[in-house]
Amino acid sequence: MLKIWSMKEKQAAEGGSAKKKVTAAQLRVQKDLSELSLPSTMKTHFPSAEDIMNFELTVRPDEGFYQGGEFRFSFYVNPNFPHEPPKVKCLQKVYHPNIDLEGNVCLNILREDWKPVLSLNAVMIGLQYLFLEPNASDPLNKDAAHQMTANREEFKRNVKHSMAGGSVAGERFDCVLIK
Amino acid sequence: MHELHDQIWTSLPNLFSTMTAVRNPYSISPVLTTSGPFSDEEFAPSPDVITALADMSILVIGAGGLGCEILKNLALSGFKKIHVIDMDTIDISNLNRQFLFRPSDVGKPKSEVAAEFINRRVAGVHVTPHFGKIQDFDNDFYMQFTLVVCGLDSIEARRWINATLVGLVGDSPETLKPLIDGGTEGFKGQSRVILPTITSCYECSLDMLTPQTTFPMCTIANTPRLPEHCIEWASVLEWPKHFDRKADNDDVEDVTWIFEQARARAEQFGIEGVTYQLTQGVIKNIIPAIASTNAIIAASSCNEAFKVATTCVPFLNNYMMYSGNNSVYTYTFQHQKRPDCPVCGVQVLRLAVPKSTTLENLIERLKENPATKVKNPSLRTASKSLYMASPKELEEMTRGNLVKLVGELVGEEEVTVTDEALPFSLRLVVDVE
Repeated sequence: MLKIWSMKEKQAAEGGSAKKKVTAAQLRVQKDLSELSLPSTMKTHFPSAEDIMNFELTVRPDEGFYQGGEFRFSFYVNPNFPHEPPKVKCLQKVYHPNIDLEGNVCLNILREDWKPVLSLNAVMIGLQYLFLEPNASDPLNKDAAHQMTANREEFKRNVKHSMAGGSVAGERFDCVLIK
Repeated sequence: MHELHDQIWTSLPNLFSTMTAVRNPYSISPVLTTSGPFSDEEFAPSPDVITALADMSILVIGAGGLGCEILKNLALSGFKKIHVIDMDTIDISNLNRQFLFRPSDVGKPKSEVAAEFINRRVAGVHVTPHFGKIQDFDNDFYMQFTLVVCGLDSIEARRWINATLVGLVGDSPETLKPLIDGGTEGFKGQSRVILPTITSCYECSLDMLTPQTTFPMCTIANTPRLPEHCIEWASVLEWPKHFDRKADNDDVEDVTWIFEQARARAEQFGIEGVTYQLTQGVIKNIIPAIASTNAIIAASSCNEAFKVATTCVPFLNNYMMYSGNNSVYTYTFQHQKRPDCPVCGVQVLRLAVPKSTTLENLIERLKENPATKVKNPSLRTASKSLYMASPKELEEMTRGNLVKLVGELVGEEEVTVTDEALPFSLRLVVDVE
């Protein structure tokens, strides 16, 4: 160990040991949160200020099919972040080609295209983009996706109707209109 | 041929029993008692090095495929005080490569069985087992070791031990615990030497990891083509519809449920190959382990442990990759330390403050401090948000803390400061006077 110890002596270091350690994932989330720069259409909500690994995001699209609605997502960041992406779910039942009836979201950077260099900010921008530009070629709700390509006007009407709490094809959706 | 085979087989127990005698250090003494052209200039060849090796406490993390090899290698190369931690119990599927275990050991803790085997087999060596998670042990526990060798299969555990050992580094040389990390994945593997705070650490190289295989959600939901797609559909999309709890990937009933759902879906789409074994493999993200790759990587890791411990010849600086999946290729390089590494690139700042200091006063002092140059910092401990400058909602929730006394808010915990002006973050130790 002689070699190591002399290397150590050459390196002037200063340190203190802590009682409870901050995990690398927590550090990264704190960094991501303090660098968050969200447009006025998005807001975060923290059930507890102490727990930054669990929070909600509200998206209010200001244009497109979903304008006038308010969409809530839960974010759960696990200890493997940023090796693994955050787990995101839509908390309301919405009629959307890329969101299924259980709230699962099809967004490439949340699964197959996730990279540790991506930040929480990137995920949030990605979610908002889904409402501005729904993607019918990657459907989770096949009926909605089919309608969007087959009959855009009908799709538009379905979205409006579902956002007000109405039913589309026998399925009742949550009212997401801004009160 | 058969006769010969039988002969060898029957003579084996004898062979083993003659080998249980105390190992003499002859095999290692030539390299430790003489110097050579490659010896480090600080190497002082002497029988004392052998004694030092025997007195040194070394920690092995993991008693699985790599761990069995590592324990065997260390025990046979002069280390005598070995500790081993593992949280798992022995499964029947381990027996093909984890050679310290026998069918009668199935269900017992790996660490205990492995320690008992080595202790019985290599006289003079004492292995102390710890059955539990590495996270259950505190800094004092890790401080007793000189060296740590890891044979883990989890990124989370590696990140944890890496951050812990970086955190242990203090003023005295003994607080620096070299970490030798081995890892395998099928025919590929790597071994590396990490000198916490001096060389690149595990976290520095996090972006080099191959991402986990994931499939697009829409493929799983609509257009499955592979048996894996059907299994993911059953576990990710169907399970939460039927159960309020998470699936237990070690529970036969839960795995069977997922397997049956996946099989039905595969049939519907004309996909073949959904088996119980594959189902378990996909949901637990099991990568096939190859015994020989484990042996190669464990051998390399243990040689490095031996070199680091004795200084007899230069050790690996600092990353050896081994790729056996397309002929054989190995490459050794010096992985660079990342200046903005969230674990080892973090500066530590000690601030002594009077008892009357509020959080707001502390933040002012940080802003004035020329060493930090922070503008609008966010401060947290491991469990508490002290003040989060962003996002707005957290700022509002934590604003009330600004008038509170630092001594009451922080206690003895370390504070993490993030700010746009900092490459990553700052560890702040506040001493309230």
